[in-house]
Amino acid sequence: MEFIQNNLDIIYFVIFCIFIGIEVIANVPAILHTPLMSGANAISGVIMVGAVIMMFQVPPTNYITLTVGGIAVFLGALNISGGFFVTGRMLKMFTTKK
Amino acid sequence: MNVLVEVGYLLATVSFLGGLKFMSSPKHAKAGNLIAATGMIIAVLCTFWMLTTQTVPSINLIIIAVAILLGTIGGKIMASKVEMTAMPQLVSLFNATGGGCAMLLGIVEAKQASLGSSFLGMQILLLLGLITGAVAASGSVIAYRKLAGKTKDNRNVMVVLGSRTLLLSFILIPVLYFFGIIPLPFEIVAYVMAFIALVYGVLFVLPIGGADMPVVISLLNSITGIATALAGFVYGNKAMIAGGIFVGAAGILLTLLMCRAMNRSLLKVLAGKFKKGKVAEDAEEQNIKETNVSETAMQLSFANKIAIIPGYGLAVAQGQHLCGQLQQLLEKRDAQVDFIIHPVAGRMPGHMNVLLAEANIDYEHLKEMDQVNGDMAHYDMVLIIGANDVVNPAAENNEDSPIYGMPIVKAYQSKQVVVMKRGMSKGYAGVSNDLFGMDNCNLLFGDAKDSLQNIINQLKLI
Repeated sequence: MEFIQNNLDIIYFVIFCIFIGIEVIANVPAILHTPLMSGANAISGVIMVGAVIMMFQVPPTNYITLTVGGIAVFLGALNISGGFFVTGRMLKMFTTKK
Repeated sequence: MNVLVEVGYLLATVSFLGGLKFMSSPKHAKAGNLIAATGMIIAVLCTFWMLTTQTVPSINLIIIAVAILLGTIGGKIMASKVEMTAMPQLVSLFNATGGGCAMLLGIVEAKQASLGSSFLGMQILLLLGLITGAVAASGSVIAYRKLAGKTKDNRNVMVVLGSRTLLLSFILIPVLYFFGIIPLPFEIVAYVMAFIALVYGVLFVLPIGGADMPVVISLLNSITGIATALAGFVYGNKAMIAGGIFVGAAGILLTLLMCRAMNRSLLKVLAGKFKKGKVAEDAEEQNIKETNVSETAMQLSFANKIAIIPGYGLAVAQGQHLCGQLQQLLEKRDAQVDFIIHPVAGRMPGHMNVLLAEANIDYEHLKEMDQVNGDMAHYDMVLIIGANDVVNPAAENNEDSPIYGMPIVKAYQSKQVVVMKRGMSKGYAGVSNDLFGMDNCNLLFGDAKDSLQNIINQLKLI
């Protein structure tokens, strides 16, 4: 009970996010499902923000953790940049010729 | 924390949502992608704004900067090199990087959590994030290898049993740890869980059949989103939580849509099981009629309303560009050409649309199954290229068929049907197709690409 009381704001936030997310995505036509998926994939790359915050806190002499964290940041950046670029490339092809 | 940083994360969250919203129409989708990407840049810049209030050793900053630079360049190169037919592989690979990032994050944080006195809830969140990240990472790598044809399906009993045992251990080990029965430091438990999750990801994807891959890709995508949201809880970062949840919701929604389009339950897909119908018994002799290229070209030249139903076979033969040529040629003769796309055609949701868009086919000519099914009788001619189960009338009238109940394109209702096939091999579901024996149906055997090229050549002469 105490847990719910302390985290009520975040619980509201999560529930609203779920509903808004489903509502927004349900309107995407099947034609655009692949770009939607790779676009969503790129958005999940926001995990890199977490990796960067983590790297801020690592002691500079802890080389192993620095390396692991560096790889994490690299993977996150790869996910973000690859995801958005490839989505953009796909969407460029969906053009109407008049 | 700085208010400015919080506002930035809010902006990022809103732009993720706006970007996804704009994806709902082909006209605005490009802008949507741009908006979401801008939001991402804002989120990253905001994170660096924190440096104004805290000091970080310069070596850390250098590593971060180099990693971001390399990742960005690498992503750009990979994205611009990929063939459109290989798109599902690449999306899986990028998904693996996201999952991998979540997993490494969890591993490092677990060490931190071990040192400090972090409370129970945080440890549970960390473990969940670690597990989902690792499953998404290794599962996506296997999905990538399968899509690229480097790994074959494996439905070995050991694989299935092994994956179920590991699934159980995801619950058992943390429970045992939190009740103090496993006297190990949290850090070690976290490492063990990460390892088990990596193995589980491999075993989980291995048995899933080739045509079920669209379902798995979107499911793995969703799992990465959930891992991101979990990591967001650990850092109390709302942009991460919201972004992760949106991705998770999108993935789950697409997964369920795919399952419905194949009339399969998610559980059956995940178990790699197929419904066994009474197929062998009613293998009646079909009276099939074969046709040839010149006859097909002749029929096409007389038809006014033509539908092309592309399937997996077309993607394999890389014939999408020829489809575009054929369409242009026929439109010059004042025929109307539509492409009817079944939701599960291709190797990921909507993949066929991308392939056809690549071949410069206007998206207004791409019709969804439900849009045209009421109108199929008005088509003078239907050309089925490399699609099998999605046009099988058995789904509607044969209750014994394993695909009974699956929504299909009602191609059999049109005036003339020509099916382009390599041979009489059966489709993915392993059932014979009643359509082939129907009066209005002819079969054109041969490689789809060659046949299309020959039809185009003939049409130019007529």
